[in-house]
Amino acid sequence: MTGTTSGSRLQLPRYLREDASLRTPVGFPDYKSTGLRAPLRTPVDLPHRLTEITGPVLGEDRVVQQDTDLTWRNGGEAVGQRILVHGRVLDSDGRPVPDALVEVWQANAAGRYRHVVDNWPAPLDPHFDGLGRVVTDSLGRYEFLTIKPGAYPWGNHHNAWRPAHIHFSLFGRAFTQRLVTQMYFPDDPLFGQDPIYNAIPAAARHRAISRFDLERTQDNWALAFQWDIVLRGTDQTPFETDDDGDVA
Amino acid sequence: MTYDPLDVPADPATPFQPRSGQRGSGFLTDPLRLGTTPSATVGPYLAIGLTWPDGQWAAAEGTEGGIWIRGRVFDGAGDVVPDAMLETWQADPDGGFPSPEDPRGASSHPGFRGYARVQTIDPPGEFGIHTLKPGRVPDGEGGLQAPHIDVSVFARGLLDRVVTRIYFADEAEANAEDVVLQGLSADQRATLLATPTEDGYRFDVHLQGERETVFFAV
Ligand SMILES: [Fe+2]
Repeated sequence: MTGTTSGSRLQLPRYLREDASLRTPVGFPDYKSTGLRAPLRTPVDLPHRLTEITGPVLGEDRVVQQDTDLTWRNGGEAVGQRILVHGRVLDSDGRPVPDALVEVWQANAAGRYRHVVDNWPAPLDPHFDGLGRVVTDSLGRYEFLTIKPGAYPWGNHHNAWRPAHIHFSLFGRAFTQRLVTQMYFPDDPLFGQDPIYNAIPAAARHRAISRFDLERTQDNWALAFQWDIVLRGTDQTPFETDDDGDVA
Repeated sequence: MTYDPLDVPADPATPFQPRSGQRGSGFLTDPLRLGTTPSATVGPYLAIGLTWPDGQWAAAEGTEGGIWIRGRVFDGAGDVVPDAMLETWQADPDGGFPSPEDPRGASSHPGFRGYARVQTIDPPGEFGIHTLKPGRVPDGEGGLQAPHIDVSVFARGLLDRVVTRIYFADEAEANAEDVVLQGLSADQRATLLATPTEDGYRFDVHLQGERETVFFAV
């Protein structure tokens, strides 16, 4: 058998695309690094075919227990405000996305990343590496324990500071659902001067901000923030059999 | 009109259950239309969260027929981008996908991951993916697509991923029949063609400039 599977009447789901007025543009002039990197030509529409509606199976074998607790590394406890971050991964139809790999990374409480390029004069924490991973449960839920990241300066403009944030990377079921984003904290005074936050269209910015969750706050232990993540959903077109009737 | 992604039914009463082993479930409630979460750049520190020791092995080391696809990413000044990440997704040599979402059933190449994640770390700013050459895949319009690999490029300075496809310069006949390539000019097509090397292919990405790679809206 050599690569010629034919199925003339194969009908596949189509993943809905958010309106451009609510999506982050690839380039944004106030974010200087986009100047030489963001493509300048209009992208070509690629209708969803088999390659786009499938995606890799990545899950529990990528996650170990310590990946959901970032507050303990190298035999000691990270410094900072302990927080529980939790929420659900849904698609745009409101369906939970189970078994989805969620990868997170963040700065320490002082706003410093454990990365060779980050050398601003804030201390590293020997007990914090800033890496977490979790797989959503059958109802699409995730949660991890970490410390609240600090704000940090960067070179975009004079006295530029990034608001506190946690980087998130998500796989759904399909290539089309892939998402890399950043979660913010409520009422951050640095929002106004941050071009990465402000690149998000105003009407969608609230979607990037977590909610303080008093109910999940743990007495004498940790504050809690809730953030639900919405991936693209489908138009619910059912699969049709091909001529062979050979469909899983 | 905006949709609030937090405006969903309350959490179920049962606690979070990691590694439930269950897959899939029906609608949580009646269908809702939720606004999708906006993307953001991976930033300069993506290596902390997204480095996989086995990232380059879409096909495991030693797999018969394995090829290396190597290349670099260039910015609008022609400089090598030293902090990009590429992810690739593709069919196996028989045109099947190692994904439960493929309605035609299981891939005939057990163990083939079909997915790779690599970074362009300086020097020399080159990525390398070990994989199998993909087969042809139905295009849903009665024809077959030419062998291709879907590619996502992430980097500081890109607020969303950009998506392109690798095709193969030595598949002229299949390429001529490909529904995606047919919609492009000759110059555009040329930006998507990986060229044969000693142990596989070379494919460079040009984010901007005269040779700007064709990127796709998916
Ligand atoms: Fe960051």
